[in-house]
Amino acid sequence: MTDTKLNIREFLDQDQKKDLLRLLTAGSVDDGKSTLIGRLMFDSKMLYEDQLAALERDSKRVGHAGDDIDYALLLDGLKAEREQGITIDVAYRYFSTAKRKFIIADTPGHEQYTRNMITGGSTANLAIILIDARHGVITQTKRHTYLANLLGIKHVVVAINKMDLVDFSEKRYEEIRDSYEAFVTQLDVPDVNFIPLSALKGDNVVETSDRMPWYHGPSLLEFLENVHVSSDRNFDDMRFPVQYVLRPDIKFRGFSTSVASGIIRKGDEVMVLPSLKKSKVEKIITYDGELDYAFPPQSVTVTLEDEIDISRGDMLVHPDNLPRVERQFEAMLVWMDEKEMNLSTQFYIKHANNNTKARIDQIRYKVDVNTLEKSNIEKFKLNEIGRVVLTTTKPLFFDPYKKNKQTGSFILIDPVTHNTCAVGMIIDRMGSKHLPSRITDMDKEKIAKGEALIKTEEYEQSYNQKGETIWITGLHGSGKNELAFSLERKLFESGAKAVLIDGSSLRSGLNRELDYSPADRAEHLRRVAHICKMLNDQGIITIGSFISRNSSLRNQVAEIIGKDRFHMFYMDADLEYCRNNKPELYEKAEKGAIENLPGVDMEYEIPDNAKMLFNPEENEKNLDAILDYLATNKIFPIK
Amino acid sequence: MSDYLLTNLRELEAEAIHIIREVAAEFENPVMLYSIGKDSSVMVRLAEKAFYPGKVPFPLMHIDSKWKFQEMIEFRDNYAREKGWDLIVHYNKEGYESGVGPFTHGSKVHTDIMKTQALLEGLNKYKFDAAFGGARRDEEKSRAKERIFSFRDKFHQWDPKNQRPELWNIYNAKVQKGESIRVFPISNWTELDIWQYIRLENIPIVPLYFAKERPIVDMDGNLIMADDERMPKELRDKAKMRMVRFRTLGCYPLTGAIDSEADTIEKIVEEMMTVTVSERTTRVIDFDQEASMEQKKREGYF
Repeated sequence: MTDTKLNIREFLDQDQKKDLLRLLTAGSVDDGKSTLIGRLMFDSKMLYEDQLAALERDSKRVGHAGDDIDYALLLDGLKAEREQGITIDVAYRYFSTAKRKFIIADTPGHEQYTRNMITGGSTANLAIILIDARHGVITQTKRHTYLANLLGIKHVVVAINKMDLVDFSEKRYEEIRDSYEAFVTQLDVPDVNFIPLSALKGDNVVETSDRMPWYHGPSLLEFLENVHVSSDRNFDDMRFPVQYVLRPDIKFRGFSTSVASGIIRKGDEVMVLPSLKKSKVEKIITYDGELDYAFPPQSVTVTLEDEIDISRGDMLVHPDNLPRVERQFEAMLVWMDEKEMNLSTQFYIKHANNNTKARIDQIRYKVDVNTLEKSNIEKFKLNEIGRVVLTTTKPLFFDPYKKNKQTGSFILIDPVTHNTCAVGMIIDRMGSKHLPSRITDMDKEKIAKGEALIKTEEYEQSYNQKGETIWITGLHGSGKNELAFSLERKLFESGAKAVLIDGSSLRSGLNRELDYSPADRAEHLRRVAHICKMLNDQGIITIGSFISRNSSLRNQVAEIIGKDRFHMFYMDADLEYCRNNKPELYEKAEKGAIENLPGVDMEYEIPDNAKMLFNPEENEKNLDAILDYLATNKIFPIK
Repeated sequence: MSDYLLTNLRELEAEAIHIIREVAAEFENPVMLYSIGKDSSVMVRLAEKAFYPGKVPFPLMHIDSKWKFQEMIEFRDNYAREKGWDLIVHYNKEGYESGVGPFTHGSKVHTDIMKTQALLEGLNKYKFDAAFGGARRDEEKSRAKERIFSFRDKFHQWDPKNQRPELWNIYNAKVQKGESIRVFPISNWTELDIWQYIRLENIPIVPLYFAKERPIVDMDGNLIMADDERMPKELRDKAKMRMVRFRTLGCYPLTGAIDSEADTIEKIVEEMMTVTVSERTTRVIDFDQEASMEQKKREGYF
């Protein structure tokens, strides 16, 4: 008893040290794919008796293997599929041997199931391409190889099956191998291997067969047990796409994710994208203790030495090894939706823990997955694949998929149905010889991010003023425009560079699709705030005269512009005064002919944090007060 | 390069933690369904790991069919108290008050009312938009095809023919109001992985998993434990003490024991390696009808 106990302990200790191989099998029922998987699982004894009993029962009822056990039934789980005799989705299967654990993604072979193969293959280290020895390399073989290559699967095993039906002929094997090799050179699969076998009879599946003495290579299982895949991961380019910000209390601020690529070490200098702020890795934390370093795909939590504002979707990288930071890029796209592509759709895009929106700018070409020929096309339908150009709302931090699967892959989500309608693999737009292999130049980085090379301080020094915003709030007809316009004149005469942002000209141009509903009023102000910010960033004083009816709207504006450079003044005119100024407008509103007029059917909140209150009757005095304010606060002039 | 190699278990662990964090980041109101079983215990440990040193940011919910083994409830209450979980226990009050149970109503009606309906009721009551479950793809055929983020319509129904493609580790978390997802972080674990992990991590589990002498009634080959007075007397009288353990835990009248001497994890694994019956066959509910689990899943059962 002690003896067995020891053995099982040993077994468990060994077992938990095994690594994991994820593999894709593609092929149709006719190729004997399910039979092959069934055989792998059966011969490595992972089938339980009741599953076998059920299998025998089912084989007799709906099987396609005569009186033999139909291994295919084991794998075709869903009822509807069993009746049709085809696997129409991706089924995952698990087995293990003394050396390794395996996860098989089993996918159907027909062209109409390309998306299923793409789904199953995305996480695979290795693909088994099945060839029926009687038929040799056929269209399907090429398609499966192309898809495996598209997904960046580095190891391909060409399993030449049904060798028993060609009398285990070496010549036939060589013919098939040569014709496959001729085809595969067009692609760049790094590791291609050929194994002749018979899934049905078991030759070269688990044990090497003595019926093919001319073959000196390993059996399929031996190969799977020994193929070296751990170096397939990218350990060079550190990418830490923040998935979750952990803030259990105010003292602790951790950034959690599964390391996408590269090694992150304690003490490393890291840069945060998109803010470009730098800090050092203070700790790498896990439930099981702190680590000195973490590598993909470990899920860890990192703390930094400095307090930097970092959110989900931001990325930590090494400052001397940055990904591309861009809003526009090219990708190979696979259309996964029954609904065909609509080029005017704004999709959701999910990439490296980042959610934003994307449009397809251009379809470069479509690839015929059977012939690899390229053609022009207007839009993609289900299972079609091609090269496209995309633009996203926010910049993405990416690497080409070939170099980095984790930061080179994305999904597109239909904004209406929320279905995952397409998946993409980013390709480097320009040939690599035109690009430095890594962007280290900060100016280029800034330009890529759309940041100016002239600093705000430089403008301010040159203009002898600070780029800040004078914001005048008040009701319709309160006289705030009169003040704003005369202030612009006054500043111009004094040599300041000031721009008046005029609501009505914006509404007739830039914002002409917006109405006066609360939502559109907010959007109007959001855009105004961004214009002010842009100008302020370039050292220009902006004058805004907007009702901005409550504190939440005003705060939003101040947030965008920057609280320190937002100076709000209140035109203190009561409703009576305004109504006398603009009687027609207020009458219409009171009759209900127009809606959403602040002060009438929409509340106007008097600000409690205005810098000054103005009396609308005293325009000159108000002007002087503002100029005084600007001088005192060294906004204009600075010196 | 071997410095940068994860063992299979640590790779599965990292994958599960990634999934759990993703749900916490993307959903407003997630819940972790807690069945008290060994897979649930593993899932809770993974959630603790995902948010360490913080607390798990979502509650656990146990759907109590009111026919669970007494030891399960004891275990649940002690463990939850000790760990300070935010634990919701929900049961179908109407079903309970009208006395629905497997002995009187049969397994199909009982499971539908006290498990499936109770679950839907619980999910609706708290308006959860994502619910973690401990299902694994190696358990049963229809599960082998289910996504990790498994989309459910507003009636909580699964449509096996209309699943969202799921690639790499990018999960589509978009749902409309009223729709939800079920999430299976340990989809890729096998039964052996679960035992390995429990052993490696020292995770407490309900003692029913270990062999012990228990009062057992042989009902058509199913070894059912006489757990309380609600088992009809004529059956209870037939109970004999027998050395058994349970491979899965559920409602006691619906969960068959197996004859076993395995009273440690090592012995359980040893038994597993030689035993020739797969896990779910000790669950009576799977035998109700052909493709029964798929049917139940379509209706909203996990």
